[in-house]
Amino acid sequence: MKGLAQLLFVLMLAPLASGETILVYADTIHTMAGDAIQDGYVLVRDGDIAAVGQADDYAPDGTETIMKAALVTPGLVDAHTCVGLAGHLNTKHDRDELDRGNPVQPHLRAIDAYNPHERLVEWVRGFGVTTVHTGHAPQALVSGQTMIVKTAGNRVEEATIKSVAMIACSMSDTAISGDNPGTRAKASAMLRQKLLDARHYVDKQSSTKNDDESDDSETDGSKRKRRDLELEALAGVLKGETPLLIHAHKARDIANALRLQEEFDIPIVLDGASESYMLMDDIKASGIPVFIHPTMIRPYGERENLSFETASKLIDADIPVAMQSGYESYVPRTRVVLYEAGMAAANGCDFNDALAMITITPAKILGIDDRVGSIEVGKDGDLALYDGDPFEWTTHCTGVVIDGKIVANTPR
Amino acid sequence: MHLPCLTLPLLIALLSTSSVHADRQDFLHARIIPVTGPEIEDGYLIIDDGKIVSVGSMNEYQSSSGMSHDCTGKTIMPGLVCTHSHIGIQGPGGGGGDGSGPIQPEVRILDSIDVENAGFRRAVAGGLTCLNIMPGSGHLSSGQTAYVKLRPAKRVEDLLIMDDNDRPMGGLKMANGTNPQRDAPFPGTRGKSAALVRQAFIDAQDYQQQIDDAADDPDKLPDRNLKLETLAEVLRGERVVHHHTHRHDDILTVLRLADEFDFQVVLHHVSDGWKVADEIAAAGAPCSVILVDSPGGKQEAVGLEYRTGHVLDEAGVTVAFHTDDLITDSRWFRRMPALAMRAGLDRQTALESLTINGAAMMDLDDRIGSLEAEKDADFVILDGDPFSIYTKTLETWVEGRKVFDLTDPGDHLYAVGGPGAGQPERPYLCCIDEGHE
Repeated sequence: MKGLAQLLFVLMLAPLASGETILVYADTIHTMAGDAIQDGYVLVRDGDIAAVGQADDYAPDGTETIMKAALVTPGLVDAHTCVGLAGHLNTKHDRDELDRGNPVQPHLRAIDAYNPHERLVEWVRGFGVTTVHTGHAPQALVSGQTMIVKTAGNRVEEATIKSVAMIACSMSDTAISGDNPGTRAKASAMLRQKLLDARHYVDKQSSTKNDDESDDSETDGSKRKRRDLELEALAGVLKGETPLLIHAHKARDIANALRLQEEFDIPIVLDGASESYMLMDDIKASGIPVFIHPTMIRPYGERENLSFETASKLIDADIPVAMQSGYESYVPRTRVVLYEAGMAAANGCDFNDALAMITITPAKILGIDDRVGSIEVGKDGDLALYDGDPFEWTTHCTGVVIDGKIVANTPR
Repeated sequence: MHLPCLTLPLLIALLSTSSVHADRQDFLHARIIPVTGPEIEDGYLIIDDGKIVSVGSMNEYQSSSGMSHDCTGKTIMPGLVCTHSHIGIQGPGGGGGDGSGPIQPEVRILDSIDVENAGFRRAVAGGLTCLNIMPGSGHLSSGQTAYVKLRPAKRVEDLLIMDDNDRPMGGLKMANGTNPQRDAPFPGTRGKSAALVRQAFIDAQDYQQQIDDAADDPDKLPDRNLKLETLAEVLRGERVVHHHTHRHDDILTVLRLADEFDFQVVLHHVSDGWKVADEIAAAGAPCSVILVDSPGGKQEAVGLEYRTGHVLDEAGVTVAFHTDDLITDSRWFRRMPALAMRAGLDRQTALESLTINGAAMMDLDDRIGSLEAEKDADFVILDGDPFSIYTKTLETWVEGRKVFDLTDPGDHLYAVGGPGAGQPERPYLCCIDEGHE
């Protein structure tokens, strides 16, 4: 304690440029790293979590910006959305989540389409969502790439945590809604062929490189393989660096995704998965995580058999499962992942499991848990403040902090 | 509802002939929310013959030989009333008006309702007991709406609410803004939309004038015209217009036309209602509001805010909400006013918005919408506060009959989903024709 005070004194002497310090007091802090803390505090300095613990254990020095809340959680992580590419107007002007020019377009980068000023980004942020895994919509066989961004920042580069997160695929009805592909079998064949092409491409690129080295023929253009952006994007999948995010709802479509993983030994994340409760043993054996459909997604078409209790069943089976706000082509243009986790909490999930689905679990699945997903010293200073149980419809989000900056403080 | 599937109707039939009070059922020790009166912490509800007999505090309760239910720890409130639903009209050939023209008041949605649609099962799982089933908003007028009770049904007649003249009750669906705008003969602009509607009502005025002039002389009466006949009902104040409208200027256009032709209108959706609340209040138009998670998704809804219900209520407007099912799911209808409370709506208005206010918009507030003696025994039993996300609907009763019971495996499937939950199924009386069990 004394050491901390000395440290603070030293910091006070440091130039102001060192950044703002935010001190948050809360009746309950769900750190998602150990038990909840009652009557606790979180100190955020220079953009990162500097300390967390019992309020009595910290003596403020008067320089901190003080915030108070009934309950504090880590900044929420939306496991999968299209917000920022999908805009609120839903016109040509801001409908950048889907290009129908070709059924397989893994080279479409999310970073070239994400609008950090989109009103819906600010909207979800107001409810405590500080990190989103967003990108192209699950409406084509391979619609494009996804990325991970903070819900603040003036330029996409400022917001980006990971510019290429996954490749968005669909092995569901949405992949075969047009003529090409027209059936599930054709969709699988096209996807498999493309992955094989990518494997050949990877092999040739590496062998060409070897030739170049041995022949010292860098100037010999005929020997260089032409770069192919599509295959280059899928190369990351085959190397195990970039998961395929596979949208599937019906049990047979989920089974198709599992078969694809077995054939190519590639990382896969299941997206939607409303009938996953029918294949829990297989999913568990595969080690594939699930971004479960929003609890309140509309129950028709291939989603007709969805259950509000699927998330809790997957959690009980020890399958990694995170909650997503998903993709909406109409009204509402975006869901709020906090609400969807709340409905899971009201349908079989215990509170901590439901909260984990929008904090630490998606952070782990997305490979960003070194930065976000829990309140631990050294992680990004991302916090969400509430005036009660965050899942209750009538509770407000009273403050949001991203990278140590207060980005929202009007009750929502 | 395995057991009641066959036995409940028989039971009712048997008991109702054997004793005057055999149908009486007492619900005891519940927290009662009558809506039109103060909440009762330890209360009772007595029903008989499909009607509410009395509601009160357990201190005043006098026991009887009737069946009694211990409702300790439970909450009873009126059945929820949804003023705008599309349940049962999906699928090929479903819905109201077709693509032949923008104004089709002659179309009755009751001719298009599939009583086997799983949506009905989900609706009672959400505590709904009364719906206004509407044709869509892709027309200036897509047809007549149907007021229904969620009774056990084999045909649509089992659902319909009849008026004093034994005619099915309903309003007229109308819409403006972007949804009805498409290629001719549909309008391409807002100005054209209003012009087409005005001409239709002027034609209806002429038609009504011919009827009036005929003075009941059959030789002078005009030939029956279903389209003009329906619009004439609107002009005579016998049929309420339920009007889809989002944007502030579209809302004011509806009020302008309602003023010109002096028809009774309920404004539906009213995303921009918070911008023109005083004007709506001055016109005396009630509002059935939709609240979804985020604004936009369509141009006319970019102004949507959670506070719309609150702002309208403060201005003196009667406020209800609606599911617009499948736009939102009937199973969490309670969520919508709860989110409005998040933005300032007071609790009492939130309760009214789910029940009596919606009933009033359908001219049914003398029959439903509150727990009061002599009203229909339409109520819902909850395990907690209606505005908590954790609260479950345990039972739903319509006119003294239990139509949903969460402990029944079949009902539970529709309440939470699972294998087969999306399949159409004949509601409630699944096996009665087959004669087994």
